[in-house]
Amino acid sequence: MSEVFDVLVDQPFFAGMTDGQIRTVAEAATLVSFDEGGVIFVEGGPASDTYLILEGDIALTLRTQEHGSKIVQTLHRGDFVGWSWMYPPYRWSFDANVQTDVQAVQFDGPKLKKISLADSELGYALMRRFTEVIINRMQALRIQLLDVYSTFR
Amino acid sequence: MRPAPCRIVSVERDLPDTYTLEIEPPGSDWRFLPGQYTMLYAFGIGEVPISISGDPDDTTTIVQTIRAVGAVTDALVAKQPGDFVGVRGPFGTSWDTKAAEGRDVLIIAGGVGLAPLRPVVLDVLSHRDRYENVTLMYGARSPGDLLFADQLQQWRGRFDLEVLITVDQAQHTWRGPVGVVTSLIGRSSFDPDDAVAYVCGPEVMMRFTIQELERRGFGDDRLYVSMERNMKCGIGLCGHCQLGRYFVCKDGPVMTCAQMAGSCWIREV
Repeated sequence: MSEVFDVLVDQPFFAGMTDGQIRTVAEAATLVSFDEGGVIFVEGGPASDTYLILEGDIALTLRTQEHGSKIVQTLHRGDFVGWSWMYPPYRWSFDANVQTDVQAVQFDGPKLKKISLADSELGYALMRRFTEVIINRMQALRIQLLDVYSTFR
Repeated sequence: MRPAPCRIVSVERDLPDTYTLEIEPPGSDWRFLPGQYTMLYAFGIGEVPISISGDPDDTTTIVQTIRAVGAVTDALVAKQPGDFVGVRGPFGTSWDTKAAEGRDVLIIAGGVGLAPLRPVVLDVLSHRDRYENVTLMYGARSPGDLLFADQLQQWRGRFDLEVLITVDQAQHTWRGPVGVVTSLIGRSSFDPDDAVAYVCGPEVMMRFTIQELERRGFGDDRLYVSMERNMKCGIGLCGHCQLGRYFVCKDGPVMTCAQMAGSCWIREV
């Protein structure tokens, strides 16, 4: 667990949290790796964990009837992958495909929720950080939806 | 100012709706600065401002990249070698590369916005020892919409230039990043307290890029944008391009965010 702590304490996401808080979060985490070409989760699959990418690239893809399988976003070092563990129905909305070899920290969602309930200050610290990431990602996605580079005649 | 009739040397199709014309200059003393534009006249059709996209050290031809979005640009891209177009200019302000000497340089382009930035990339690379870290960040709609794709590949092969590319959408076979161009900013190393950024693309892309750079500590006197709005005369007379207290055609198109602050990023303007 101290290995996980040593990794987490250097991550910008956890900046400003105490060592004690990070140590508690580390109890819900393990270091994992995925090979290029692999699949971390698929659309519709049960969602219980989230992943913090340490190295490598992941593509979130969506299968469509008309356009085939499309990448909606790629995620990279420092990004979290997966929010569907937070709320019901706990089902993934996209496929997560490994573009290049990935080293990541896997967080057990139910454990994270349990420690957040037990320590509300820690829970708030985590939720505030997750919320900021989600908001930034949503803003970026809105700009993508605008299709700003297309031609208007 | 009368358009000078200039012969087209070549027409190259970069993308389905984007072409690069090489045009004989009106005189042997023709020069331009990175960021400037000309008014290109399709005789009998009309005149539009077009960015100069070539190397400022090579003025044997005027290189201009045109996106076909209306009657005049349709007519311009339909020209053949040997045809004539009218040229006025060059006009406008330039990317201030002197301000970037000794500093990190960020060149951030969106879509066809890479065209007016290509001269500054070429200029910086030809005087590479004057700058610290140089990064080109480029966002396009899809992999098939990457402008100057061959040149981007060449630039990626250099050890003294970081090239980061992203697209808004891609098929699952694409191996690169997918996301907005602002997502590239956090992946580059630069000193926000002492870097210079040149940004060009759709205005909404420029707004969010500037927000992200300012969030990271960029001062607005070191942030340059290229504003392109309703330029008609090119010489600050007709007033069509007025933006706050500036005329984009002559006080721009390249402006600092310090100039833009307070009057130009206003919704009604």
